[in-house]
Amino acid sequence: MTYNSKLITNKKMELVNLGIKSIFIENMVFAYFLGMCSFLAVSKKVSTAMGLGAAVIFVLTITVPLSWVLQEYVLKEGALVWLSPDFAEVNLEFLQFITFIATIAATVQLVEMLVEKISPTLYGSLGIFLPLIAVNCAILGSCLFMVQRDYTFAESVVFGFSSGIGWWLAIIALAAIRERLKYSNVPAPLRGLGITMILTGLMGIAFMSFMGITL
Amino acid sequence: MAETTVAKVKPSEPLLSKRRKALINDPLNSNNPITVQVLGICSALAVTTKMEPTLVMAIAVTVVVAMSNFIISLIRNLIPTRIRIIVQLAVIATLVAVVDQVLKAYFYDVSKLLSVFVGLIITNCIVMGRLEAYAMGNKPYDSVLDGLGNGLGYAWIILTVAFFRELFGSGAVFGFKVFEAIGISETGWTGAAFPTNGLMTSPVGAFLILGIIIWVQRHFNKYTEH
Repeated sequence: MTYNSKLITNKKMELVNLGIKSIFIENMVFAYFLGMCSFLAVSKKVSTAMGLGAAVIFVLTITVPLSWVLQEYVLKEGALVWLSPDFAEVNLEFLQFITFIATIAATVQLVEMLVEKISPTLYGSLGIFLPLIAVNCAILGSCLFMVQRDYTFAESVVFGFSSGIGWWLAIIALAAIRERLKYSNVPAPLRGLGITMILTGLMGIAFMSFMGITL
Repeated sequence: MAETTVAKVKPSEPLLSKRRKALINDPLNSNNPITVQVLGICSALAVTTKMEPTLVMAIAVTVVVAMSNFIISLIRNLIPTRIRIIVQLAVIATLVAVVDQVLKAYFYDVSKLLSVFVGLIITNCIVMGRLEAYAMGNKPYDSVLDGLGNGLGYAWIILTVAFFRELFGSGAVFGFKVFEAIGISETGWTGAAFPTNGLMTSPVGAFLILGIIIWVQRHFNKYTEH
């Protein structure tokens, strides 16, 4: 193998590692508590959890790279140089939040319209959850993490997709457990939210076992 | 809501009438945003490893909820229903950007510690939830009170979680080493220092403590979910 091809395979391996890391080790739910609101609210049934999880994966895969492009070519200090060299000093980072959230809201709106056109049945079952994704902190959180960690474009695609997978995995697991929980005798004040919190904690302990893995 | 009709009948309502006091008091306990309405869990868990960043976060969220409630309530009749979410997000994002810049200017260390979670106030469901449920249909002054009440209800829960996590996690409160001060240290009477408790400093501790707080609170409020 020549030096060059080795370098390329190394880069590919790095991307795979990043993917595995963001699914299991740095899981959005269990390591950063992101997207908890819908995670707790929509995890009563596996089928709806599936739908929401799929929508989150989709939106994350689009918005994280899109935010990367915005950050790199509009927001970063000196990012506007491609327009004219006079803008080398311009730093629009204080507009980061509003740009990202606008991008996310617009993407969600777009996804909603697309799904409605292409598959009305899926739209019917997802219905209310789609607009909710705009305020799912896992999405905005991933965009902000992407900026904080200085990912490249390829890394941001992988990161967006695999954080989505991680979130999907977490919500399905919780929904499955909660479906079983219906048949158990939980103390009355602990029913619902209380036991779900403790359950999530225990699942978090399970996911902690991945922490020992170094990639 | 019945509350709005009452407000219309009595225009010269006192500044802190019984109804308005309830706007602040209810979210503290019986209608708490975290433990009853299940809103804003993410940040409640993520920032609570230490008391100090938690306090800053609590203040930031309270300010943002109260202010955004006020602004949205002022323009509530001008917002077309179809695009209301994006209008609300724009208002919230602007306020959060202001808070973020203030923190970066005056409390740089804390803002580094909170990192992305200041930005995540935008998607904190308490803010959106209160805008949708209250500010869109009520007068500005009442909305501010509602925002303050919910902010404070959020604040005391996350401060309680942070208190236990910091106390049992790193043996301190606001960075003050409690267990060393009462004599549990290498030189003290037990002869052993308080070890850092990984369970409490990790996310898991936050879930368990919040679960237990919910349990205790619902036990006293006799509230049961079905």
